[in-house]
Amino acid sequence: MHLEAFAEGDSFLHRMDSRVKIIVFLIFSILCATSKALRIPFLYLLFSISLILCSKVRLKVLFIRLLGANFFIGLIWIFVPLGYFPLDQALMVTLKANAIVMATIALLATSSIFSLARASLDLGFPKKLVSIVFLLYRYFTVNHEEYERLKRAISARGFIPKLNVHTYKTYGHLIGGLLVRSYERAEETYKCMLSRGFKEDFPIYEVLKLKKKDLIFGIIMILISAFIRFKA
Amino acid sequence: MKEPIIRLKGVVFKYDERYVLKGVDLEIFEGERIGLWGPNGGGKTTLLYIIMGFLKPESGIVEILGKVRNKEEDFLEVRRKLGFLFQDSDNQLFCPTVKEDIAFGPLNLGKSREETFKIVEETCELLGLNGLKERLNHKLSYGEKRLVALGTVMAMKPVCYLLDEPCLGLDEMTQKRILSILRNNAKTYLLVSHNKEFLRQTTDKVYLLKDGRLFQIPPNFL
Repeated sequence: MHLEAFAEGDSFLHRMDSRVKIIVFLIFSILCATSKALRIPFLYLLFSISLILCSKVRLKVLFIRLLGANFFIGLIWIFVPLGYFPLDQALMVTLKANAIVMATIALLATSSIFSLARASLDLGFPKKLVSIVFLLYRYFTVNHEEYERLKRAISARGFIPKLNVHTYKTYGHLIGGLLVRSYERAEETYKCMLSRGFKEDFPIYEVLKLKKKDLIFGIIMILISAFIRFKA
Repeated sequence: MKEPIIRLKGVVFKYDERYVLKGVDLEIFEGERIGLWGPNGGGKTTLLYIIMGFLKPESGIVEILGKVRNKEEDFLEVRRKLGFLFQDSDNQLFCPTVKEDIAFGPLNLGKSREETFKIVEETCELLGLNGLKERLNHKLSYGEKRLVALGTVMAMKPVCYLLDEPCLGLDEMTQKRILSILRNNAKTYLLVSHNKEFLRQTTDKVYLLKDGRLFQIPPNFL
């Protein structure tokens, strides 16, 4: 599994300072989510599409992600013809959601999770929260690898899933195994961290330097977002 | 002439841009005990994974039990007939208790409960695991895990074993025990090891896997 599919790239969005990107993203999302007239989220959508095009992410992967997000929005549209949900509201939700999801991908997903964690610490997010999110992400991938390993162990011994108790039991063992292993690994990792002097938060090694072009980028992005919201 | 159990022809494999296997040919006939020796990261485990169908080669032919295997379904039969011992026992064992893990393979092969019970008894007897049968897998020591992992493979009575470092990190006593178990119970196998002494005692023919190619090593060289 590859969770940072968009982080490997080389566009000006990839090179921007993650702190600036987080701030721009927050302003974009708040302004977009609170807008009232239908044309405004539409303009935000166009804005985020152009950001996506600038970021040069792989469009195929992007569509798969969008499909996932729009599955839930699709549920709203089921109720529109039945008269439970007004059309303009449904349209509004769809536009806003897609604009924000695409902005997330163009602005946040183009940074690695590590640099986002670093940036949010710099911006004064609570240390504990950042550590939890970072470790959650880190061990999500580890657990997925663990799952792949268990799956391999099972198929190496000729397992073919069928509709019987043996199959259910095997899946039970698989899930149980994942729980036990992740728990034990957490204990081990914690011991390793403690033995290297870990004290509840990650020490910051590098100091990020804000460059001029980061600032210019941030100001332009915020101005465009504000212009769409208040002047368009 | 008899058909080989495993036949690889010109197998090429790469991780991203790094070629690990650059055209490997290998034949294993029934009754052959073959050793595979080579540096770390040389592709020994990769070669075993290709035989089991966990990795698909870039090019080349993988023929097992007389049939060319390409797709995932082709390997279902392979996995039932060959016995693969993983390098890391934690990759092998996943059931809560030792006896359940040993029973897992035979049950997959469609053995009845009574037959499976008998196989578990025999396997534990053979490997000296009788005291461990009810123990929890994740509470076993490293050496015990190695033995149990070997037991889970032996319980399937495979036509050919693929053994990835069966003796890595084991004390001399346990190594000797595994040596005699293999000598007396496994007829055909491909054994990966770094340990020259162990290879000399367990195999009749040894290949070196280096720079993506296989070379046969004369026995006196080891």
